[in-house]
Amino acid sequence: MYSDFNIWITLVIIAVVMGAVQGACAYLVLLERKIAAWTQDRIGPNRVGPLGLLQPIADGLKFVFKEQIIPGKVDKVFYLVAPVISMTAALMAFVVVPFGRTSAPPTHHDWPQTVQEQEARDKDHAYTDELAAYNRPGQANFNDWGWFDEVQWVVAPHVDVGVVLVFAIGSLAVYAVILGGWSSNSKYSFLGALRSSAQLISYEIPLGLSVLGVFYVTGSLNLERIIEYQHTHGWNFLFQPVAALLFAVSVFAECARLPFDLPETEQELVGGYHTEYTGMKLALFLLAEYVHMITTSLLVVTLFFGGWELPWLAVPAVPAVPDNGGTIVVKLIVLSVKMFLFIVFYQLVRWTVPRFRFDQLMGLAWKVLMPLALFNVVVVLCVRQFHPFGPYSDWLTLPITVAALIAFAAFSATLPRSPTRVRTVYRGHGAEQLEMGANRVMSP
Amino acid sequence: MAIAEKDVTWVKEPKIGLFEQLYLPAIAAGLATTIGHAVKTLGGGEITQRFPEQRPKLPANYRGVHRLNRDEDGRVKCVACYMCSTACPAHCIDIVAAPSPWPDREKYPEVFVIDELRCIYCGMCEQACPVDAIELTPLADLTGMSREEMMFDKEKLLSVFDQTTRTGTDPVRTTRGKLGPASELPPDSGLTMSSTAQS
Repeated sequence: MYSDFNIWITLVIIAVVMGAVQGACAYLVLLERKIAAWTQDRIGPNRVGPLGLLQPIADGLKFVFKEQIIPGKVDKVFYLVAPVISMTAALMAFVVVPFGRTSAPPTHHDWPQTVQEQEARDKDHAYTDELAAYNRPGQANFNDWGWFDEVQWVVAPHVDVGVVLVFAIGSLAVYAVILGGWSSNSKYSFLGALRSSAQLISYEIPLGLSVLGVFYVTGSLNLERIIEYQHTHGWNFLFQPVAALLFAVSVFAECARLPFDLPETEQELVGGYHTEYTGMKLALFLLAEYVHMITTSLLVVTLFFGGWELPWLAVPAVPAVPDNGGTIVVKLIVLSVKMFLFIVFYQLVRWTVPRFRFDQLMGLAWKVLMPLALFNVVVVLCVRQFHPFGPYSDWLTLPITVAALIAFAAFSATLPRSPTRVRTVYRGHGAEQLEMGANRVMSP
Repeated sequence: MAIAEKDVTWVKEPKIGLFEQLYLPAIAAGLATTIGHAVKTLGGGEITQRFPEQRPKLPANYRGVHRLNRDEDGRVKCVACYMCSTACPAHCIDIVAAPSPWPDREKYPEVFVIDELRCIYCGMCEQACPVDAIELTPLADLTGMSREEMMFDKEKLLSVFDQTTRTGTDPVRTTRGKLGPASELPPDSGLTMSSTAQS
């Protein structure tokens, strides 16, 4: 194991992360209600405390004191476990989120393009020394602060496949949906759960495909390296706007937010997987949705909009200019502001776009987002392989993918649409239909 | 039985162009609307009235809680003619008449109770009264902690009169200060207002 694992620091970080995330979720609910109100020309909660700031506490107390009704014939084990899985899967995505200094691997911003370059790199003493220091954490890139130097400000340190871990754990949330719907012993809950699980797993494919381009140009899955790459080359959404758009749409569907909120709508209509839940179990389901919102906005901001990086104000630390307390705070603020803006965007879109019907939703995932994401990956690979304009050839992905999007839309506008059945006259019913010969009764 | 072809109406979806197929321009226009509304509301343009800090502006002849008028000598004007309780569509006025202690009137209401919760505030009692004794004031924010509390008896109704005359919130239809035709004294009875006792 790594020598820098300290159980107490880890436990403290876990407690702080869990508390902060769930507190943030509670206040995001208030923000959602306020934004919903402002877009509807009204004020929102403003009675409980100044500007309604104590409203989440009142809501929390309400959930705690509500009567827990467990319907009679539910499958008790899965009924009680489903909300737990939901919240656990949502929170576990935060084990790889860095909140401060972590020892990212040493970076070289001009990636070796050939095997010979890589071998030459490996013989370079400065690089090998840096790499050795990285593998003995606590001895590189830090100030001389003793044991505090070795603290990795992340729950699970040295996970270089951070983003894939987040996607994988996020996929576990589908279990919660299916188990919740199945164990509720209600047909409508089960159908709602099946629909929402189909939506969730369908949109995981464009979710992963759209960020393959980012991983390829960066050469790493480590979030720190991706941010450093964007610092030197410019934010990724400028190079791959279509990938940014596809990823944004996919995270809307993964969080089951409008316009993809059929799981929640069905609750208004008939069923939905959390119909039979009350009290704290329902609160866990609802808060897990907001935790997903926080996680996905963190991913969007980090992968496409530079994370905590701002061109001159918040730059990655180098051994010559290490991080101190001030820069850590600045980076945290920059990251929080960007995430906040994306969450506000989430909540504004809720009141802007009408929701998709289920067949339209699935058609969008499989027939529109996936081909476009694949095409984006192919374009990135070709541009990197042939680099016609030298070091500036990465900019070529922008016009090619945008043109492909427009061409794709133009093509699908020409496709024939199936006509819609609007009116059917049902002649007679019951006895009249028997007369007309329908539903012929079998005589014994 | 299969549904006959002629009984089904099919409609083709209208053809949409590239601009609409992209979805994004429409979403951008929608976001402009949404953000416009949000910014306008944040700048103080909300249409919500923050009751009770902001009160609604009621029309001048708003019909609120009733009051029993006093005449110039402070006596209750009502002569217990039962016209208001007969006219009331909700049957919320209870009157018990008694011989009046004053010489210029035959009767006066010993008990006059209006159930403000049954009342529909239509104003028929006000229109029916021949001596302008009952009026509906503009006081609308009426609350009570029990049903019994909301049954206003004579003293309470007279106190409403005292309050509205003191604060100047008389209804616009009031004829306070002017005696109605039925409350004038008979011309040749020899009685004057000052010869009558206080109520």
